[in-house]
Amino acid sequence: MTAWLNDPNTRWVLTGCVMLGACSGLLGSFAMLRRRSLLGDALAHAALPGICLAYLISGGQRSLPLMMAGAFLAGLLGAFCVQAVTRYSRIKEDAALGMVLTVFFAFGIVLLTLILRTGGQKAGLDKFLFGQAASLVGSDVRIMVICSLLAGLVAIGLYKELKLLCFDPGFADSLGFPSAWLDALLNLLIVAIVVIGLQAVGVVLMVALLITPAAAARYWTDSLSRMVCLAGAIGAFSGALGTYFSTLAPRLATGPLIVLSAAVFFLLSLFLAPRRGLAAKAWRGWTLRRKVARENTLRSIFEWAERENAWNQPIPVEKIAARRGQNPSRTVHNLTLLAREGLVQFQEGKAYLSEAGRGEAHRVTRNHRLWEMYLMHEQELRSDHVDRDADIIEHVLNPDTVAELEELLRQHGLEPQRPPSPHPLPG
Amino acid sequence: MTDFMSAFWIILTGALVAGACALAGCFLVLRRLAMLGDAISHAILPGIVIAFLLTNSMNVLSMFVGAAAVGLLTTFFVQWLNSSGVQNDAALGVTFTSLFALGVVGVSLFGHAVHLDLDCVLYGEIAYTPFDPLLWNGRYLGPRPVWINGGLFLLNLTVITLFYKEFKLAAFDPDMAKAVGLPVTFLHYLLMILVALTTVGAFESVGVILVTAMLITPPATAYLLTEKLNRMLIFSVALGALASLLGYLISVQLDCSIAGAMASVCGLLFAAAFLFSPTHGLVIRWIRMRRLRHRVADEDALLWAHRQWETEAAHSFTAGQLGESLQWLASEAHASTRRLNLSGLLNLEKGRFSLSESGHTKALGLIRAHRLYETYLDELGYPPDHQHDPADRVEHHLSPGLVGELEKATEHPDKDPQGKIIPTAE
Repeated sequence: MTAWLNDPNTRWVLTGCVMLGACSGLLGSFAMLRRRSLLGDALAHAALPGICLAYLISGGQRSLPLMMAGAFLAGLLGAFCVQAVTRYSRIKEDAALGMVLTVFFAFGIVLLTLILRTGGQKAGLDKFLFGQAASLVGSDVRIMVICSLLAGLVAIGLYKELKLLCFDPGFADSLGFPSAWLDALLNLLIVAIVVIGLQAVGVVLMVALLITPAAAARYWTDSLSRMVCLAGAIGAFSGALGTYFSTLAPRLATGPLIVLSAAVFFLLSLFLAPRRGLAAKAWRGWTLRRKVARENTLRSIFEWAERENAWNQPIPVEKIAARRGQNPSRTVHNLTLLAREGLVQFQEGKAYLSEAGRGEAHRVTRNHRLWEMYLMHEQELRSDHVDRDADIIEHVLNPDTVAELEELLRQHGLEPQRPPSPHPLPG
Repeated sequence: MTDFMSAFWIILTGALVAGACALAGCFLVLRRLAMLGDAISHAILPGIVIAFLLTNSMNVLSMFVGAAAVGLLTTFFVQWLNSSGVQNDAALGVTFTSLFALGVVGVSLFGHAVHLDLDCVLYGEIAYTPFDPLLWNGRYLGPRPVWINGGLFLLNLTVITLFYKEFKLAAFDPDMAKAVGLPVTFLHYLLMILVALTTVGAFESVGVILVTAMLITPPATAYLLTEKLNRMLIFSVALGALASLLGYLISVQLDCSIAGAMASVCGLLFAAAFLFSPTHGLVIRWIRMRRLRHRVADEDALLWAHRQWETEAAHSFTAGQLGESLQWLASEAHASTRRLNLSGLLNLEKGRFSLSESGHTKALGLIRAHRLYETYLDELGYPPDHQHDPADRVEHHLSPGLVGELEKATEHPDKDPQGKIIPTAE
């Protein structure tokens, strides 16, 4: 199982990818909150001309620090262009991002072909586009790890300030925080992590590392600190998994596999997260619908019995279905469930409330009528406008609200009088 | 095939690609869907791979079907993620990067068997266009890419013409479009299918990544040049064609990637429009603001000169005196007086300036505007100490027609609220 870790090269790659994944997740959380996720895409593409220029300037040496510096400067220029175009013209941010992305990249392609004509290496473009994590050597990874750590530490050190910037920039301004500088710093960190990751996963996929772990983490928590940690963890795991899978077949690049691992984490989060996940939402929706159906059926029977003043007379299913405007088969289903709970006696197509059922139905109907009273007297709605609203609200009134409504009843003098005790009470 | 013929086919292909992209791209830019266009062009890759795997050939029709399917899928995923609570840019990012990664893995595993070269997919090779003939019964009909992209251009043109009013309304006022009952979702998906098809048609020539440049950049450039949608469409197609021509010429000179050069020229054209567009250009706007500032300053100087003449009977003054009195920098005062002298509103004698005939007339016109406006404000109920400052600012922007209206509205007064005489129109 751990045989794949025997190769020292793989160990280096693993370290680099895990580090990268963790820091991308961390920074990506802030980027996502600032709605800047796609900026990473634009900057990753914009870095190409920087790399080519660095290559040309250095006279053809594949010097990693120099190329990273070139990528970094080109990325900064790209970020600057996006901001300038958005601020000083009617072009919106999405078009500005798209233009910077593609035009810078196209210019990079021009430079690249120029380099090839003068005898440079073709493999450069593939590496840039998809990363060549497998060809990372120790020195490369060391630089990656150090830079990622730095970026991560800066983000953690400025956590409170970045948190404020993400959630309430106006408040940050009013407190005197240098918001513009913090924003620029965040951009800088994004450029940095993009440049660092270009080698490992390449252009298109770098943006995936920025977005996907953060988006996945978002499903599990509402707390920023937990989201940031979780995003880092998901990023790190994706890095590890991607590296592992790439060792399984000789032709597979690491980058796409890391991204696909992150995507799987995202899909799992989307479906399985406890509160915000789709499964949880579906469950909640289903239980609510059941509750509503149950209470509505009880109330229908209660109101019919109330009108007829016939508390133990069985009512045909069709009559109950007609009251609710339902398909009778649905009513049968609801009555069966209620009978199982012992709230209703349901035989031969007819039903009536049991003792327990009468109490519960009374409670539900009372809530309904309390709300109708509230709407009529406090909101001053007409009496024929209140039923539908109450139909919805009655199921979600909690005891505190009911107590307040009862107080309102008292104020309006509508509280049903409880007869005083005819005999002295003990104690 | 002669060099000229080759060049012609290449430029034509580029122009057709740019034109098809521009038509669809205008609506992408207007609806702020530029990045969705980018996402679709990236997500095409797995579609091509799957089509290739299923049909075991690089057949054009199967690729189109695969592309359209993936385009729809991407759009659908993004919408679905949006409605599940993922914010828009994150939904885009997750979807297209995952699909692209899938495509890359697919190409790595299965692609090399039939020359599905990643480089080619990504930035195309338009130079091969003349050598890729379309043969019908043995007759040479021209290069295949020309036919494909020409067809796509016509398709986009037809669809957009047919649904022009609907696309227009959906782009500018989506809520009203929905309220009026337009099938907004259908139109959205239709547009995305066009984008997907255009991308696939072009990928052989310019590659998927550079298609996005042509989807967004010429329309954005056109957006800075006009206010009307039909002109924007026409300009963007023209700009795309121009970029194709210039890009080709540059790439021949420098011996570099043709598609890269074409897209770079798109960017340069945008930069030119960004700076120099007559209506929206940054440089143009700056010049206009500067002219306005100068005009206002000059008029203030004239008024000051006139007041000097009226109140202190000082018929001449130096630029320095002007500057000191109005609290301007010396350089500003010198520049202003120079401008007024050049336009004949001030006379210069022995280093001292004085109002000329026309200067007097102009000053009187400004005073008339100022005092009429004060009268107007007075009648609106503004307190006396709130009348001078607004009038001081507005006097520079009242046209003669508007001044006439003011006079009528205040019933031709002789004097302003401070009792000063209002000059009549001369």
